[in-house]
Amino acid sequence: MKKDIILAGVGGQGILSIAATIGTAALKAGLNLKQAEVHGMSQRGGDVQSNLRISDKPIASDLIPMGKADMIISVEPMESLRYLPMLSDQGWLITNTKPYINIPNYPEMDKLMAEIEQQPRHIALDADIIARDMGSPKSANMVILGAASPFLDIPYEDIQQAIRSIFTRKGDEIVQLNLSALQAGRDFALSHLN
Amino acid sequence: MQKLLLLGAEAIAQGAIDAGLSGIYAYPGTPSTEITEYVMHSREAKSLGIVASWGANEKTAMEAGLGMSYAGKRAMVCMKHVGLNVAADAFVNSAITGANGGLIVVAADDPSMHSSQNEQDSRFFGKFALIPILEPGNQQEAYDMVHFGFELSEKYQIPVLMRITTRLAHSRSGIVRRTMRPQNELHLPKNLKQFILLPANARRQYKHLLGNQAAFISESETSGFNSLIDHPDKKLGIIACGLAFNYLIENFEDQQVPHPVLRIGQYPLPRKMVTAFYDSCDELLILEDGYPMVEELLRGLLNKGKTIRGRLDGTVPRDGELNPNIVAVALGMEDTRGRDIPALVSSRPPSLCKGCPHIYSYNALNEALLPYFKGRVFSDIGCYTLGALEPFDAINSCVDMGASITMAKGAADAGLVPAVAVIGDSTFTHSGMTGLLDAVNGNSSITVMILDNGTTGMTGGQDSAAVGKIEDICLALGVDKDHIRVINPLQKHHDENLAIMKQEIEYQGVSVIIPRRECIQTLTRRMREAKKSQSTEKATV
Repeated sequence: MKKDIILAGVGGQGILSIAATIGTAALKAGLNLKQAEVHGMSQRGGDVQSNLRISDKPIASDLIPMGKADMIISVEPMESLRYLPMLSDQGWLITNTKPYINIPNYPEMDKLMAEIEQQPRHIALDADIIARDMGSPKSANMVILGAASPFLDIPYEDIQQAIRSIFTRKGDEIVQLNLSALQAGRDFALSHLN
Repeated sequence: MQKLLLLGAEAIAQGAIDAGLSGIYAYPGTPSTEITEYVMHSREAKSLGIVASWGANEKTAMEAGLGMSYAGKRAMVCMKHVGLNVAADAFVNSAITGANGGLIVVAADDPSMHSSQNEQDSRFFGKFALIPILEPGNQQEAYDMVHFGFELSEKYQIPVLMRITTRLAHSRSGIVRRTMRPQNELHLPKNLKQFILLPANARRQYKHLLGNQAAFISESETSGFNSLIDHPDKKLGIIACGLAFNYLIENFEDQQVPHPVLRIGQYPLPRKMVTAFYDSCDELLILEDGYPMVEELLRGLLNKGKTIRGRLDGTVPRDGELNPNIVAVALGMEDTRGRDIPALVSSRPPSLCKGCPHIYSYNALNEALLPYFKGRVFSDIGCYTLGALEPFDAINSCVDMGASITMAKGAADAGLVPAVAVIGDSTFTHSGMTGLLDAVNGNSSITVMILDNGTTGMTGGQDSAAVGKIEDICLALGVDKDHIRVINPLQKHHDENLAIMKQEIEYQGVSVIIPRRECIQTLTRRMREAKKSQSTEKATV
């Protein structure tokens, strides 16, 4: 088993919470893991990514070879496309459609969406609206993770368990909200696949 | 055994704690910051009484580390690669004094300049200082090398340089810990003149250092961090240093390379191993992150031996960080790069945070300078360097810590009046104060804006040595008290701030303006923590 994942977003959007959840679940499942992060200057509203590698064999490189990533998980639509050179021909692109506009030349939304729709294997969803409708606007990242969960090859129960262990300090209510957000994202992806 | 999931930087910190560290000294700098932060936040380190502190700059940190080593205890000093330039005087001379308690200097290089102004290779500094260098290839090795490094340092009474890069520092992996070693007892050097570099002593000490070179090489020959992975196909031999080894084996099924590989993690280079390797292969490929140091050594000036490929002949790009694809192409394999980035994807550079005080300082400064032609603002290293970008386009230089003030002085001396320096509070106490003294002594017509957000912002909000001291420092350095002006960088004070800036820019002499407002990031964090402690208080009532 091997999953190479690019996590993408804008500095401050919290992509590392997704990485931490997958990482915790992967360790629980006894898998090897390497996760390269971005710290420093780019964290100030710039484009950020994380290379997350999970495998049942030893992992050599901290960086995923270009064209070999199994998945791009992005919390921002334009950022999802920035890492296409990393994605394999068979790879999945899972992205939030809610734009984060902090630059003057952000592309027009319909053109951006057309580009995403053109990708052979993709799941695109407005995680912010889904999370807000559930009364948990801060759980958008967990919606995205849920949408990615059918492709992770990690038992869904292990991902749920990881959320419980990460959010347990914040109380039962927060745990439940995040679990529901995860499920909502998963349901979206599964219905899209069917 | 349970594995700890740690960043490479954190693995070094945990390794140091477990190896009997007594003190860690540093100045924040990406990608080295997390080493010291980890020790600062470690309950274990606290309970063991380990000192963890930010110095005013890398030189003071290096000297404090050397002092702790003098006193017989194990010390670590951490900095980013350009920080080693600042610490260089202490660093190079520490090789001549030697160490007493184990001393490891960690320099974190930043190939590809993710967060830096250059990509200099610290291995050259280690070679220059004639001391052993350790270059970990993964997080576990980083942890293990700290234990080994302290032993090596104490065995030869010599500081050891550990060279890491951004990719290792900021990548997480599972670490297996070793049993903890107690800290050293306080003990002075056997020879109380060891650290006195008077010429007569220094000449003796230097000969001693030179005499140890053969031993350092022989340590490298037997070190477990240098190893030969042999293969019968010797048409090509590959030397892979540090992380480059991972990028190499990534390209092969089951990580089996179909050529002999010499893996390097400890310097000086193991001469016998390298000679035997060179002799056994038809040609060589050198893979190393940073500058082509090993490649240059093997080629020599004349390059008359076997073909040696790498960064110098274009097999590998001359600059930038390595990755699996660059190595694949160097090996003549196919580049697996996927689809192109669609043209509509715009670049998204970092920017000042919403509500950042620097925004209002730059807005006022730009307006104050409207009557003059552009090109007279010298800036420095920090978040405010982002003032170079749109919509501000407010600064004209960013070179090294403190250079804003001294470059403004030089330009003003040349006749560029007014000249303005823009520097942050932490950068000011790091390397700006001495330059301000030069400007005062030369009565140069400059205006120095010390943007005081009360923290070291760019690296994530570490304590700033300048807090509460800036006006006193400026006064003590001789700045006229009527020309030290504190302003509040908020939109509602714009007109008032603008008027003050105009006055001081017109003033013939050294003036200082201090826009003071807390960093929006540290403020948010403080409020969040206050809220949290309030709610726990409620819960316990």
